[in-house]
Amino acid sequence: MSVTDHARAPARRPRRLISNPMAKIAALPMIMTALVIFIGCSLWTVVHSFTKSKLLPSTQFVGFDQYERLWGTRRWLASVENIAIYGVVALVFSLVLGFVIAALMDQKVRAEGAFRTIILFPYSLSFIVTGLVWQWILNPDFGVQGIVRGWGWESFTFDPLHNPDTVLAAMLMAGLWQGTGLVAVILLAALRGVDEDIWKASRVDGVPAWKTYIFVVIPILRPAFMTATVLIATGIVKLYDLVVALTNGGPGIASEMPAKYVYDAMFNKQNLGQGFAASTMMLVSVLLILIPWAIFEFGGKKRG
Amino acid sequence: MVDLSQTYTAPRRLAGAEGAKPKRRLSGNRIMIYGILCLISLYYILPLWVMVMTSLKGMPEVRVGNIFAPPVEVTFQPWIKAWAEACTGLNCDGLSRGFWNSVKITVPSVILSIIVASVNGYALVNWKFKGSEIFFGILLFGAFIPYQVMIYPIVIILRELGLMGDVWGLVLVHTIFGMPILTLLFRNYFASLPEELFKAARVDGAGFWGIFFRVLVPMSLPIFTVAMILQVTGIWNDFLFGVIYTKPEAYPMTVQLNNIVNSVQGVKEYNVNMAATLITGLVPLSIYLLSGKLFVRGIAAGAVKG
Repeated sequence: MSVTDHARAPARRPRRLISNPMAKIAALPMIMTALVIFIGCSLWTVVHSFTKSKLLPSTQFVGFDQYERLWGTRRWLASVENIAIYGVVALVFSLVLGFVIAALMDQKVRAEGAFRTIILFPYSLSFIVTGLVWQWILNPDFGVQGIVRGWGWESFTFDPLHNPDTVLAAMLMAGLWQGTGLVAVILLAALRGVDEDIWKASRVDGVPAWKTYIFVVIPILRPAFMTATVLIATGIVKLYDLVVALTNGGPGIASEMPAKYVYDAMFNKQNLGQGFAASTMMLVSVLLILIPWAIFEFGGKKRG
Repeated sequence: MVDLSQTYTAPRRLAGAEGAKPKRRLSGNRIMIYGILCLISLYYILPLWVMVMTSLKGMPEVRVGNIFAPPVEVTFQPWIKAWAEACTGLNCDGLSRGFWNSVKITVPSVILSIIVASVNGYALVNWKFKGSEIFFGILLFGAFIPYQVMIYPIVIILRELGLMGDVWGLVLVHTIFGMPILTLLFRNYFASLPEELFKAARVDGAGFWGIFFRVLVPMSLPIFTVAMILQVTGIWNDFLFGVIYTKPEAYPMTVQLNNIVNSVQGVKEYNVNMAATLITGLVPLSIYLLSGKLFVRGIAAGAVKG
């Protein structure tokens, strides 16, 4: 940053002329990606969501027809409902669970490294692997249900993957297994940054530890919580691989997700218009998460 | 809970000799903390345990046994079958094909994306030009755009370039979508290096590439390692781009794995499926276990600022 200040010294002009072309050429991939892919492709999709595109993209504009059809499709409505339920529950659970794990690990435990390795390793695996493992554990014949029945409790039922009412809970088990470790590690890092004096002060005042956590420490950790929230939330919107591997949307349409709707519309059903409209809705929802956060973050920075 | 442990450790340091007593007092709390942590660990470990155990059993034992129980008779047959014989559609040459496809995709993608992103980060820190921060802002913002919004136009672009279905098309896609986080990583790292280095090299007459290769790269090995870990695991685990931008014969491992396990036809061989799942997870898992803190640093660098 201060390099620019330095460059603003007398020799500014010639330097711009001679040196900067190389930097601009070097930064060309970034410029192209920003302009062509992130802005260009997004706009292209948004624009084409107002067309009659079917097998091929068309330029015949039909207004909001695709959106009307989209919001009249049962499968899309189910996808939106599923992601709303899954999203809220997953967000709350991973923040709460992640914080509890982080707080426990912050108690100067022995073998902290081992615990950290254990809670974070699923994060290194792909959603496909995660989905297949949990599919196996939740398999009604061989998994948990089968074992408990084998113990003699014949009527025991635990088959969340094949019950439309519980399939999202099954997905949650797998999703939390994969992602909570990351939240815990982020929050643990933030906890390590909390001033020791706060603990000393609350001890002097005789405040119980849990109260200190809730009323003092959590507010201090707000930035870390915000980061974790944005990470989880944007990850949830994109949720695709896990559904494909774990349930493939089933049973019926009980675990369909918007990202899967987009993929199926574009590549299986030759219904591009629906895919464009659905993905535009996904973009809108991300913006609804992102813009308040950006205002909060950058507004805060300016004031500070 | 915590205040107890703190008050007892402080006087201990002063008194010196009374080391044993406070420890005993703490144990109640400590046992609870360790108990909960162990329970949580169990939730994380058990699936891995189940995978390994199932993959080492023969099918007859899988059918009658408990998935948590260790195999009575250890067999590596499922692993061999998963690697060399498992079927996807008409092809029965196992996961090995997917593995080598993934290698062919991952290696060039990691190299290209790191080169591009490190040069970007360097230009952003040391050679700012008009609008560079704006492009960077768009790039970061792009990290949050759902891929689904951009996948179809990219199909068109790749088709125009003649790269659709080609490994190099997928490499390009990975380079593009890895760029935001990697550029951020490199930018933050280069910005933390003392500026005098850059100035001194300038005075000595080094140019854009000279400074980059001879001054910055040699002292940035840790961040290159972090970027590599981040990219290898990310690209190896990708499913969406692989399934869209490659042809079935070039499918990466994750896609092939899903096709093997979730195929409807044939008798399900759970032991082979678990072996296949483990083989696919082995690469990122070993990178994670070997790299330890660097892995955490990579995701934290991405996470905290992203």
